[in-house]
Amino acid sequence: MMPSASSMSITRLTWINVTKDLRLEWRSRDVFNSMMFFALVVVVVFSFAFEREDSRPVMGGLIWIAFLFSTTMALNQSWARELRNGVLDAYRVSPAPAEALFLGKCLGNFILIMLLECLMAPLFVVFYNLSSVGPLWQLVLIAVLGTWALVVNGTFFAAMSIRTRNRELMLPLLLLPISVPAVISMVTATSQVLTGEGAPVVQMKFLAGFCVIFTTACFLLFETVLNAE
Amino acid sequence: MRTENVSKIYGRTAAVRKISLTLEPGRFYVLRGENGAGKSTLLRMIAGLNEPTEGSIHIFGTPNKEALHQVGYMAHAPLLYDELDGLENLRFFAQLYGIAGDELLIQAMTRVGLDAKLSRRVGQYSQGMRQRLSLARAIFHSPRLLLLDEPFSNVDPDSALQIAKLLAAMRTGGNTILLVTHQIGLLTNLADEYILLSHGELVERGDMPGLEEQGLQEHGAQRPEARK
Repeated sequence: MMPSASSMSITRLTWINVTKDLRLEWRSRDVFNSMMFFALVVVVVFSFAFEREDSRPVMGGLIWIAFLFSTTMALNQSWARELRNGVLDAYRVSPAPAEALFLGKCLGNFILIMLLECLMAPLFVVFYNLSSVGPLWQLVLIAVLGTWALVVNGTFFAAMSIRTRNRELMLPLLLLPISVPAVISMVTATSQVLTGEGAPVVQMKFLAGFCVIFTTACFLLFETVLNAE
Repeated sequence: MRTENVSKIYGRTAAVRKISLTLEPGRFYVLRGENGAGKSTLLRMIAGLNEPTEGSIHIFGTPNKEALHQVGYMAHAPLLYDELDGLENLRFFAQLYGIAGDELLIQAMTRVGLDAKLSRRVGQYSQGMRQRLSLARAIFHSPRLLLLDEPFSNVDPDSALQIAKLLAAMRTGGNTILLVTHQIGLLTNLADEYILLSHGELVERGDMPGLEEQGLQEHGAQRPEARK
């Protein structure tokens, strides 16, 4: 007797989706290259606009502008891949749960964007003479929570907009307004850690709460979005 | 498989109108009709990809969405990742059905006439090879109900005949097959029944031998034996 997918754990199916997405990206590199290029342009262009000594107070915003728009770019393309050749339909006719696809996409995108952030961090240090006044672990935690907040909402809204004609435009229109509270928190917290002024822990707690609420909501609603006509 | 008064309405257009249909297990059905008759929409609804505006669909006694593991679906598009090779594609989809190991996948590829050792990515496959792999994707889990939308398009005549014979063998093995095609001549001796749709409505249903001459004349198709 063949085991049914419903009897398989959602964790295993999620992992299957993550490895598939990373393999596709490794072979095509279309998402990562465009993200990397965009983030690089932001870093270089803004480095001409600010004096290295003056940039510290605005760095929180600058860092997250680069990652926010790179994330938007990545999310659109990761779903476009599922539409090519109608592959998404093959997933939908399988007994695998939609939630595994959602979590798989979220984790795959999260890994890619965290990788981008790791590669971009030394460039921010070099171009802006950046160093953290506050504890470094806080900066790492803000990066993890902020990236997850963007990815989880972005993956959900990208799925919602894939069948629309102007999906490239729809995603930022849907994602940015809903992510405003998270973006304010991550920018404020990053600036507070970089300058040593204020208490970033409050913002970090807010960001953690945002992640929990939106991960739960998107997880529960994803099947409806996936099957919407 | 049973549909009861199934309709699909897009805005003010009815793609499918109140179709009630029962398919018996182990039979091979051909779904015919002009372009826009609602064939693909009906197939998509049975496969659970589109929700009927009204009516219900049951497969082996349960609502269609609860019987997905017993259904194989092949669409116009190949439903395959271009960046993966044939076996990698099947491996991914097999895991969604809880199937581990390559044995069934290699068997499915062999049945459709593809070499499982071919390491070329699907993006570099010809249209005909994609079509065969797409069929392998639809049958690797031995579905009891097979839904096929134009499986012979972009396939050369010999390969089309090979696929038709494979499907007939599957029918003999107890599978139920519902196939959309305009190349009716290939199936005159292989399929059991035809179902004719027109403007979203079921207008005719009958045994295939009764259609044989009509089909050959209408479509200028040759009998498989007479092909050479």
